[in-house]
Amino acid sequence: MTVTIVETRISEWRAAVLRGGAVADTDADELEGHLREQISDLEAVGLTGDEAFLIAVKRLGEVHQITAEFAREHGDRLWKQLAIPRPNDGRLRSIVTMLAFAASTAVLVQLARMLTAMPGASEAWFVRDVSLFVLPVLAAYFALVRRMPGRRALVAVTVVGALALAVNLFPFADGASTEALVAIHLPVALWFVVGAAYMGGDIRASARRMDFIRFTGEWAIYYALIALGGGVLVGLTIAVLTPIAPGAVVQVITWVLPSGAAGAVVVAAWLVEEKKSVIENLAPVLTAIFTPLFAVMLLGSAVVYGVVGSGREFDRDLLFVFDLLLLVVLGLVVYGISARDGARGAGAMDAVRLVAVVAAIALDVLVLASMFERVGEFGFTANRVAALGLNLVLLVNLTGTAWLTLRLLTGRGQAIRIERWQTGYLPVFAAWVAVVVLALPPIFGFA
Amino acid sequence: MNIDKDLVAAMATPLVLAILVEGTSYGYAILKRVRELSGGDVEWTDGMLYPLLHRLERLGYIGAEWGASPEGRRRRYYEITEAGRAQLVEQRTQWATANRTLGALWGQTASPAGA
Repeated sequence: MTVTIVETRISEWRAAVLRGGAVADTDADELEGHLREQISDLEAVGLTGDEAFLIAVKRLGEVHQITAEFAREHGDRLWKQLAIPRPNDGRLRSIVTMLAFAASTAVLVQLARMLTAMPGASEAWFVRDVSLFVLPVLAAYFALVRRMPGRRALVAVTVVGALALAVNLFPFADGASTEALVAIHLPVALWFVVGAAYMGGDIRASARRMDFIRFTGEWAIYYALIALGGGVLVGLTIAVLTPIAPGAVVQVITWVLPSGAAGAVVVAAWLVEEKKSVIENLAPVLTAIFTPLFAVMLLGSAVVYGVVGSGREFDRDLLFVFDLLLLVVLGLVVYGISARDGARGAGAMDAVRLVAVVAAIALDVLVLASMFERVGEFGFTANRVAALGLNLVLLVNLTGTAWLTLRLLTGRGQAIRIERWQTGYLPVFAAWVAVVVLALPPIFGFA
Repeated sequence: MNIDKDLVAAMATPLVLAILVEGTSYGYAILKRVRELSGGDVEWTDGMLYPLLHRLERLGYIGAEWGASPEGRRRRYYEITEAGRAQLVEQRTQWATANRTLGALWGQTASPAGA
């Protein structure tokens, strides 16, 4: 009995020493050997196992002091822990799997690019369909890693197949605006398929959906970081090669750029999962910086628009700008909500968020009002319907968010309600995107 | 009597090296020897010995090797190197100087306790 208790205590102590990465496994062996020797010496003079353990641990010193001392002597270990994960079997397999999928999408994109050069194909086809060569690979990666059940995986494959078929069978006119809309919305539709795979097919659970929202935000940060580094690399490569081999520049742009961009989609997704703790510290900081800044910007713009009016220069481009603005605000809000500690009550950040959302809504209502004034004049086009629809979808979401945030701030609601609202709203976005991809082109005669 | 923490830290390197001159040893035994020599007056937090041993190893004063205790327990044995011996000689002269200097003052007067 006592023996097992002492053994448990020793292994707990060992785990505590190893935490933080300053003490290596072999050092822990050495310390544990010391501890055991001390314990058996103390037991030899008549102490019980429990008493001997307590005294031996006390003599070894506080765990945090030992690890601090090891950290001072082996400072490099802490950094390695952060930069290069310790290679073990599981990790190696995870890296190999990730690289295989990243390489597949990189090759697929090259194949697509070469198909574009074939007679009968066009640049527009490549732009429209390129996401079909990247995102399904990412979905497949998650389906494998998350062990998505076969039936659900079949549904995902069917959805991707249906989207690919529809989009390629539509007889788009040359330079059709519906085709451009499909090119923009298809990746988003496929991203929802990636989401389903990410959740392992368990798409109803609110917590899993929140994970996916969080993943999306962190993936975007990682992708932006990789793109930044890649941009520097490609830029320098071109600068170095241009004087001696001007032709090589074209090669770099046609081969390295598309494959790198596609492969990075998978790499960024893997990084999000592998290095969760790194970004988890970054996300709250980023939202804390930008939510107030956007609040100020939105408030200022709302006042200016309120005083001056939306102006005569108003056109559908402006509506696109506002769609973009609402999307960014929504992203910031959702990301902020996902990063906030659910158990905590209302804070100053929630108030700032409310200001940003209300200002965005006010701004949008002003623009929408003048848009509706003119819509009879110009009639509906595919672009206008897409922009207007997205606008309404976002407006409803933000209004709900504002209402729930207000309730939270006045102490009549809980933060979890806002989370539920956002996760519950995801299907609305998915449905709207599906409408734009599948319904708008036939309705507007593929023009 | 409790010896000041800084003084213990200053003593640590020559103490460990001098113990290893007596022969190859391992962490637990080194600490036991320290206790034995000082009669328990030198208080040492046991865990702090290992980072010190690693530093001495990095500096090349001692070598280390995994072995087994007579009971078959895994143990890391430490052995002094030539550089370690040279370092010990150097430390020894320094301590002798310190000892002589203080002794010159204290040797002629009564102990501070007045006994």
